[in-house]
Amino acid sequence: MPKDSGIGASSKRREDIRFLTGTGKYTDDINIHGQLYVHFLRADVAHAKLNGVDTAEAAAMPGVVRIFTGADFEAVGSIPCGWQITDRHGQPMQEPRHPVLAHGKIRHVGEPVAAVVAETRAQARDAAEAIVLDYDELPAVVDMKAAVAEGATKVHDELTSNLCYDWGFVEENKAATDAAFAAAAHVTTLELVNNRLVANPMEPRVAVGEYDRADDMHTLHTTSQNPHVIRLLMGAFVLGIPEHKLRVVAPDVGGGFGTKIFHYQEEAFCTFAAKALNRPVKWTSTRSEAFMSDAHGRDHVSKIQLALDADNNFTAIRTETYANMGAYLSTFAPSVPTWLHGTLMAGNYKTPLVYVNVKAVFTNTVPVDAYRGAGRPEATYQLERVIDMAARELGVDPVALRRQNYITQFPYATPVAVEYDTGDYNATMDKLTEIADFAGFEARRKESEARGKLRGLGVNSYIEACGIAPSNLVGQLGARAGLYDAATVRVNATGSISVMVGAHSHGQGHETSFPQVISEMIGIPEDQIDIVHGDTSKIPFGMGTYGSRSLAVCGSAMVRAAEKVINKAKRIAAHLLEASEGDIELKDGTFSVAGTDKSVAWGDVTLAAYVPHNYPLTDIEPGLEETAFYDPANFTYPAGAYACEVELDPETGHVKIERFSAADDFGNVINPMIVSGQVHGGIAQGIGQALLENCAYDADGQLISASYMDYAMPRADDLPFYSVDHSCQTPCTHNPLGVKGCGEAGAIGSPPSVVNAVIDAIQSGGMNVAHIDMPLTPHRVWAAMHAARTDAA
Amino acid sequence: MYAFDIARPTTLDEAKAAIAAGGQALSGGQTLIPTLKARLAMPETLVSLHGIADLKGVSTDSAGRICVKGATVHRAVAEAVADSFPALSYLASRIGDPAVRNRGTIGGSVANNDPSACYPAAVLGCGATICTDRREIAADDYFQGMFTTALEEDEIVTEVKFPVPQAAAYEKFIQPASRFPLVAVFVARFADGVRVAITGASESGVFRWSAAEDALSANFAPDALDGLSVDADGMIGDLHGSKDYRAHLCGVMAKRAVARAV
Repeated sequence: MPKDSGIGASSKRREDIRFLTGTGKYTDDINIHGQLYVHFLRADVAHAKLNGVDTAEAAAMPGVVRIFTGADFEAVGSIPCGWQITDRHGQPMQEPRHPVLAHGKIRHVGEPVAAVVAETRAQARDAAEAIVLDYDELPAVVDMKAAVAEGATKVHDELTSNLCYDWGFVEENKAATDAAFAAAAHVTTLELVNNRLVANPMEPRVAVGEYDRADDMHTLHTTSQNPHVIRLLMGAFVLGIPEHKLRVVAPDVGGGFGTKIFHYQEEAFCTFAAKALNRPVKWTSTRSEAFMSDAHGRDHVSKIQLALDADNNFTAIRTETYANMGAYLSTFAPSVPTWLHGTLMAGNYKTPLVYVNVKAVFTNTVPVDAYRGAGRPEATYQLERVIDMAARELGVDPVALRRQNYITQFPYATPVAVEYDTGDYNATMDKLTEIADFAGFEARRKESEARGKLRGLGVNSYIEACGIAPSNLVGQLGARAGLYDAATVRVNATGSISVMVGAHSHGQGHETSFPQVISEMIGIPEDQIDIVHGDTSKIPFGMGTYGSRSLAVCGSAMVRAAEKVINKAKRIAAHLLEASEGDIELKDGTFSVAGTDKSVAWGDVTLAAYVPHNYPLTDIEPGLEETAFYDPANFTYPAGAYACEVELDPETGHVKIERFSAADDFGNVINPMIVSGQVHGGIAQGIGQALLENCAYDADGQLISASYMDYAMPRADDLPFYSVDHSCQTPCTHNPLGVKGCGEAGAIGSPPSVVNAVIDAIQSGGMNVAHIDMPLTPHRVWAAMHAARTDAA
Repeated sequence: MYAFDIARPTTLDEAKAAIAAGGQALSGGQTLIPTLKARLAMPETLVSLHGIADLKGVSTDSAGRICVKGATVHRAVAEAVADSFPALSYLASRIGDPAVRNRGTIGGSVANNDPSACYPAAVLGCGATICTDRREIAADDYFQGMFTTALEEDEIVTEVKFPVPQAAAYEKFIQPASRFPLVAVFVARFADGVRVAITGASESGVFRWSAAEDALSANFAPDALDGLSVDADGMIGDLHGSKDYRAHLCGVMAKRAVARAV
């Protein structure tokens, strides 16, 4: 019987009441008396020497309070990067200055060059049009390989080249990997592109800066996934504001997908200008600005090689990737193609040797950083495509080839420095075989063919690493922050509970699922428990929400804090029951003495803590509130198997996804409905990447997919009804809930199966097409088929 | 968007006066409003045709033509001609999304003449007549290239009169992002021959594929088009499809339209 509350129950999302009835409170809903509006004049050229910004005419226009330019920020810090990579030769990455407003040079279309603050939004925009930029255009650096060629124009004059770093992992494995390739019975080589994406959360970014002169207090309201991280980065590195004088609030946030992790110039600007002008300053991004200022995702160009022995055992993997950083280093950009990508290149397989090379490159494009999955989709895509290609070259079943090479013994130390604690990849593949109805595929293919269509089935495995940790390890890897999280469990006098958590919920449903955990632990109804998040003045600390970490890391902190609360409550109960603490049991909200009928209710104990008339004051402090910080011992490793079935129109190249199935192992599951929803959303974004989405620049660095007229987002009718299952559960061995994280799995696991399915469909039609780069638009698919038909003719 | 005034006339004469005074006609605004939001146009006055009752509705004239008033929204057309002209109903019911279909009008569409708009394919494919506040223009004379028509600067489209074909169909292959036609074909068979109009494909806007018309007039069947192709030269080539791909799709979509029409 499914449970109706607590861990494992599909409790309805309580936050949906406000989200679905239009009563959420988002940053743009915040309007403060006397606020001003800022409009950013953004560069419309990709690369230029900026000689001057003439604001004279604009400054005299109606409503204009002040116009800021790069010169106003010379004494202000650089927008910081939170991760330093050390290259193959032991040298630190090249790290350019990232100004709040462009100064001396323009480096990408969309870069803010001047900021007009005015009484109304329209006045600010009108005045911005009167600003005259004096610049000399420079050749745009767009293509990554051209960017690192000898004599290329430099994006940053002060750096030695456009190469941010040249990273090798594990460098000590390189020679042995090369030797394994030399000895291989078969080598499959695949060159591919992981297409650049725009995150496109429904809510564009917004920032409202406030300053209270009376107590020198700054407040930034912002659309962030991690307000404490913004407070640290902006306060300590950019504006020099101590933490006790800076409050960062991220209220309801309408989707993040990674792009709202990072600290952006607009946040620093609004905070800075609010003090400079002694009035609140608000910025609301338009969708057009979002396209050219939100950090983009992916954008890797890779070559992957797989070596196999004569029995089709994988013997080595070797990759070379060019990773686009864009014009500046966004907050976590350097970590994405390295520690979030190279460490996953073993996948689900017991390949003994892996060597990953990544060249990170500066170009005159919007900065690129983490987007749902962040590095792990890029690793999974390469690996699961090259395995499929190897199976086709060898004429073996792609599922059987995978199964033959699966890791089956745990814990398993990979050749890329991580240790998988647990997993069962055959179990998820078995489940997938069932829910995707592999057995019925041939009949469905015949039915499609009878209608003149081609049908393909694509399968892949995936593994990801979530809850990146522990802090002492990531510090060695170059992280400039810890990766723990924190929670405070505050029990009120009458027994209800507020839990202040460092994780931020912007679609994940924490306000529902986190109370389920506390409800399970204490045995009181879920509606007695509320979650508080998103405000540095209300929560103890928090590293925020990204990398599918919230439950595994912050949820663990919450469990630790709740355990402290329960332990203290048991001591109080022991006093009230005149029993020994060791004999006290807590079940269904009641403390009882083991082996007796003596008991006291949760609410009576909590009341005693706050009204300590009969209370051991000499031994126990009154009150019932505990905080815990939790730093995980390891990553968690969700894994699974995905299948996509497509029908392809051979005349037009149009791909229709007929079936999509996902068998995931997330360890223990708190709320199955929310987990399914997370997988659904991730798959939608993965299918979007595979078939539709493409952020494209022309050779001059102009963004040519800068609106929804040209950037194709997946719509409901592009997607099938999914079949998802998370009944295969190998609980995480090192966190108290045994949970692994589910937020990114869908986006990581789905693109390879879509592409594998399309290739399968095309080859079933007798056309020799080995690979097509994403997105597999009708035009690209048709062109590949057309070329194959022409070659064959 | 720059600030502008809005006039809301209730008669055509009032609208003509407001436009003659320099106003910009607004009939649905599905192109104009996004253009204004991007600050790519700066009209001082918008003249909404929405409140003019005489510019709305669908009727049949004595010659049997279906007459759609200029400010009739797509949804209303789709419903009104569902039985009398199913191919036109189908076309109108698949323009954009419900919000577009409840604001966008036939007059706005043919006046703008976006090279990827749906309506021009039906208007040209049927040899319809475009009626304005001052004259009647045959479709063959009306469409003069991408965003270019025979309309004078201040001329208002008041009605479009469609002769009803014996058989017709519209086949659209969408551009994945905008969902405008990447290539769409309207095929219409009349007693005196077949007309084939293609939108989305050409740098010159909607056009008639005369070779296909000749072949289909002789034999109204999909395989009549075997061996015929549209010249890729002059096709649109962009992020979503090369010139060759669009030329190829002209043939595919035309065949499918014929198959559905017969």
